[in-house]
Amino acid sequence: MKKSIWVVLALLLVIPGLLFTASCGKKSLKADIETMKDKPKEAPAPPPPAPAPAPAPVVQKAPEPVKISEEEIRAREKAAAMQVLMNEDVYFDYDSAALAPAAQETLKKKAVSLNKYSNVSMTIEGHCDERGTNEYNLALGERRAESAKKFLVDLGLAASRFTTISFGEEKPVGTGSNEEAWSKNRRAHFVVK
Amino acid sequence: MTFFFRYAVILISTYISFIMPASSLAGYDYIDINSPFLRKIPIAVPVFGADGANETGMQLSKKASDMLSGMLDFTGYFKMLDRDSFIEDPAKTKSDASNIYFPNWTAVGAELLVVGNLQIKGGVLEIELRLFDTIKAGQLIGKKYSAGVNDLRDVIKRFSGEIIYYLTGNRGVFDSQIAFVSSGTGNKEIYICEFDGSNISQFTRNKAITIFPAWSSDGHWIAFTSYIRGKPDLYIVNTRDRSMSVVAKKGINITPAWVPGKFELAATLSYSGDQDIYLLTGTGKEIKKLTNEWGSDVSPTWSPDGKKMAFVSSRPGTPQIYVQDINNGHAERITFYGRYNTQPSWSPKGDKIAYSGMNGGRHNIYTIGLDGKDPVQLTGNTGDNESPSWSPDGSLIVFSSTREGPSRIFVMTAFGTDQRRLLAISGEQTSPKWSPGLNNKQP
Repeated sequence: MKKSIWVVLALLLVIPGLLFTASCGKKSLKADIETMKDKPKEAPAPPPPAPAPAPAPVVQKAPEPVKISEEEIRAREKAAAMQVLMNEDVYFDYDSAALAPAAQETLKKKAVSLNKYSNVSMTIEGHCDERGTNEYNLALGERRAESAKKFLVDLGLAASRFTTISFGEEKPVGTGSNEEAWSKNRRAHFVVK
Repeated sequence: MTFFFRYAVILISTYISFIMPASSLAGYDYIDINSPFLRKIPIAVPVFGADGANETGMQLSKKASDMLSGMLDFTGYFKMLDRDSFIEDPAKTKSDASNIYFPNWTAVGAELLVVGNLQIKGGVLEIELRLFDTIKAGQLIGKKYSAGVNDLRDVIKRFSGEIIYYLTGNRGVFDSQIAFVSSGTGNKEIYICEFDGSNISQFTRNKAITIFPAWSSDGHWIAFTSYIRGKPDLYIVNTRDRSMSVVAKKGINITPAWVPGKFELAATLSYSGDQDIYLLTGTGKEIKKLTNEWGSDVSPTWSPDGKKMAFVSSRPGTPQIYVQDINNGHAERITFYGRYNTQPSWSPKGDKIAYSGMNGGRHNIYTIGLDGKDPVQLTGNTGDNESPSWSPDGSLIVFSSTREGPSRIFVMTAFGTDQRRLLAISGEQTSPKWSPGLNNKQP
């Protein structure tokens, strides 16, 4: 009898723990793959595994976390998907709003998430490098954002889910006057509304 | 009354214009401002006299003569002669035409001479200023001004204007201001300074990206683009009472340019799905669409008669400058050298367009005739030089340059000579726009 109580206790603590780590592991793996090109170092680290079983007077409350974590799983999955949507920028060539194959792949991945989460709306920001002049770049930034939007709409997503805004060369992410910085700045950036 | 028009209404009375020169209207042969090979006229501006003045009066007198010297030097028309070389000290001899010994001035190389005398009577400043031709040994201009002590700079600006008008037939730049963008507060905001970079004041406090200032031709309005509401909208603000209109259509609302002599402006809007230039009323209502071709059409600038507009278009595949007839809508490309020609600014005389062109990865200022032939490069080997804007008399061009590292506002003559920094404040300074003459009423 005493032995079976310990087994039940152990199971109660370990099973949700397993569920928790499994879900996190899956999620961070997915995030890893999707953010690998962009920011591999910023993939979320999996949380530590559940602590070793300890004598707990909270036995009766144990079933509840199982239910919460299922919701949490979905919430966390969505949060991760949104993060991927926002983290990965679409890049452009100099003085161009055309979508190169790599840019199209990035957009297709975003479309998968956007299909799954159909209530999500996004602002697409168009940006430019510093080399052009501010006036023309503000126009170019808008053409870049619109170009990304058109691609997503052509993939079957509702146009009403996207708002575009151009920042021209006013909000660079890469500083410095070299191709490395410039290529980072010629981008469409996505923000979940 | 805002700072703009302060000097338009202060009580400077010019109560004597003594000894009019024999040929007061025929002075233009001194300086031909259309000549790129302008010879600088050597001019002497000795320290002004101060009749019976105390120390304060003496200092004010020195200040006044230095100020006049600085303003004349700014025009690029003169070679300012070193006071140490002067043989005579007119401050001591209380000179007028009768007792100036002109050979003493021609001997030090002066062809023109400014002599002044200053008095303070009961808090009122009285200044006599005279311009002499030392070779012809005669007075060209003589003026007596009466003003408050704090209005000294305005008096000097006025007499500088008289000198330039006499010598060139044009009032010059002394009653103009320059609007520009500075990022010192952490946001780009619009600032205004006088023609020579002095008296800088912050015009907008939007705490949001604020760019592309544009003066109306009466100087009463400034239009600009700002992200106050999170996106690039067009704001049209009265410089005196701050009354305001906003054009906040979907997409971009950018690059305003006022029609000369009218309460109307052109700007690029993209709500239709294409970036086109529209003609708007001064309150932001659409009058008509001016461009129709697919692609980016931005940065309009008007011919002085308002019948034509130059602008930047991406229609040839790279940004290039076009000139369009407003009546028939016909547009012609005028820039063919280089793959990136933007920021056109139509000269007040109407014969040239200044713009920035990229070559070898650097932007430089060029001027080009309306036939599109023979662009002339005015800047070079000095970082990026952008955003040219003409002074109201067409003699100078203000622009931004990164030649010292951060972007600063610079000025040069219309022929690219005498390039100098106008100002440097915290942050970077870009997009200068020279105002019209603010003292001259539009006819």
